[in-house]
Amino acid sequence: MFKRENAVQGARWMAICFAVLFVAACAQTKPDGLAGNVKPGTGQDFVVNVGDRVFFEEDQSVINSQAQATLANQAKWLSRYSQYTITVEGHADERGTRQYNIALGARRAQAARDYLVSQGVNASRIKTISYGKERPVAVCNDNSCWSQNRRAVTVLNNATN
Amino acid sequence: MRGILKKLSVLADRRSVGLAVLMVLATVIAPRPASALVEIDITQGNIEPLPIALPSFSADGGDSKLAADMTSVISADLKRSGLFNPLDPASFIQKNMSVNSTPRFGDWRQISAQALVTGTVIKQADGRLRAEFRLWDVFAQEQMLGQQFYTTPENWRRLAHIISDAIYERLTGEKGYFDTRIVFVDETGPKDKRVKRLAIMDQDGANVRYLTRGEDLVLTPRFSPTSQEVTYMSYGGADPSVYLLNIETGQREIVGNFPGMTFAPRFSPDGQSVVMSLQQGGNANIFKMDLRSRQTTRLTNSAAIDTSPSFSPDARQIVFESDRGGSQQLYVMNAGGGEAKRISFGPGRYSTPVWSPRGDLIAFTKQHQGRFMIGVMRPDGKGERILTEGYHNEGPAWSPNGRVLVFFRDTPGANGGPQVWTVDLTGYNEQRVETPAFASDPSWSPLID
Repeated sequence: MFKRENAVQGARWMAICFAVLFVAACAQTKPDGLAGNVKPGTGQDFVVNVGDRVFFEEDQSVINSQAQATLANQAKWLSRYSQYTITVEGHADERGTRQYNIALGARRAQAARDYLVSQGVNASRIKTISYGKERPVAVCNDNSCWSQNRRAVTVLNNATN
Repeated sequence: MRGILKKLSVLADRRSVGLAVLMVLATVIAPRPASALVEIDITQGNIEPLPIALPSFSADGGDSKLAADMTSVISADLKRSGLFNPLDPASFIQKNMSVNSTPRFGDWRQISAQALVTGTVIKQADGRLRAEFRLWDVFAQEQMLGQQFYTTPENWRRLAHIISDAIYERLTGEKGYFDTRIVFVDETGPKDKRVKRLAIMDQDGANVRYLTRGEDLVLTPRFSPTSQEVTYMSYGGADPSVYLLNIETGQREIVGNFPGMTFAPRFSPDGQSVVMSLQQGGNANIFKMDLRSRQTTRLTNSAAIDTSPSFSPDARQIVFESDRGGSQQLYVMNAGGGEAKRISFGPGRYSTPVWSPRGDLIAFTKQHQGRFMIGVMRPDGKGERILTEGYHNEGPAWSPNGRVLVFFRDTPGANGGPQVWTVDLTGYNEQRVETPAFASDPSWSPLID
């Protein structure tokens, strides 16, 4: 994930770095903290070291090569930590109508799910849900935000950090 | 709501000699004046609003604030329709009007009033309100309509809307839409953590009441055409599903037992079934469920997103949106399913079609070049007209008389959010419906009776 050139992905990576640094800084006053290390097999490990989300082009549900790489890593991680079941959440940006976006989010979640299954994740471990345009993560008013909202997020059920 | 208001008498005695009779007659006499000068032709595109005078109803020594408030509600209803121009009361020459005397028509002609409404509202000894009004044709010097009502005081706003409807109907020849309500989604909190609640209000934004508490995400409420029920989508259960809510009892239930997410519900014209989408993998198809027999019927079977179904008022056809041809477009099929015919062919994407209760038009959302529009077309797809256009307009719903569309308009950015607006078929009369917070997905009730 460190080779990504996409500006949005880069911004996200920086945000994650920042979060990790922040945890490290906190650790100086909290000796029992994570001290900059993410415990393998945790939800944080999955989010930080694997990547919990893939992105889509406008009105598309195609799993592009970047998304393929992320999902392949997710599949590898999930085969190692087989205690988890997952929910793939599909989302759309705000530049569409509500009902269609619900279905578009479902189509994206399904595409991500199908790719995970193709990478060896047992289908019975995967549930999908669509939130349409109802749960944006970025709220600015241009494509840099909208592209972050066009996503499928793999959520670990019963994850511990 | 049935039976709250008792309309005891309807008089349309166009001869002023009948004035005293109003108090005692309980008959229905509704002759059409042969020579009515005051009538609005609402078939034209751009309408010159009719000048109408609404002096404050008299209270006969009683609650004059209530009388003034009722008059204000009627005046605001008529003004918002875009068809009437309520004149400034400061210009009135004749003061202290009584419902029981013939107006000095010359005084009203002088300020160019074409129609005049006089009225009175009195709280009786038994606690009930008694209201009377008369609608006058100023140039013909004739009474066009006279009605009397009894109700409980808390219904005063409804009574005002009923009087507005009577005036509207008499002068336009069409049913009014003021004694109606709008169900919508109230939105609070930041954009990335919105709390959404079902809410209901009078069509003018008054009397907002919340129907859900906000724990569960709720979307796209739609009024039953025949009962006090709403169908909507909620994320409250295992799968997001279509629900039915009785707005009087608060009772709610899931519609059907579908394997997966259901969404985009709408009632059939008889209120006896609900059409909706069922998500099946990457595809959405349209199903119908009969609310009495619980029987479900598949209406579409495509490898596409088929959604937003809406019946024609004769229940014989369904319009819906589908991306089966590559992008969102409108299709019409028979109500039993089967082959669908594409009706939208303009540039852009078409969605959220909704059939007019008059049957003559289909309203839709259209996206083109980053703009979101509300428009109408005939059921054969011809005669497309855009009524409003901007950054984001979405989700039209018809007034029960098929003359006004209510929709939501969103604004961009972190602090942006949706508001409820109306536009009439001329496209010239846009009005915001004020809501306590952001509001989306409005749906109009039928005329309450």
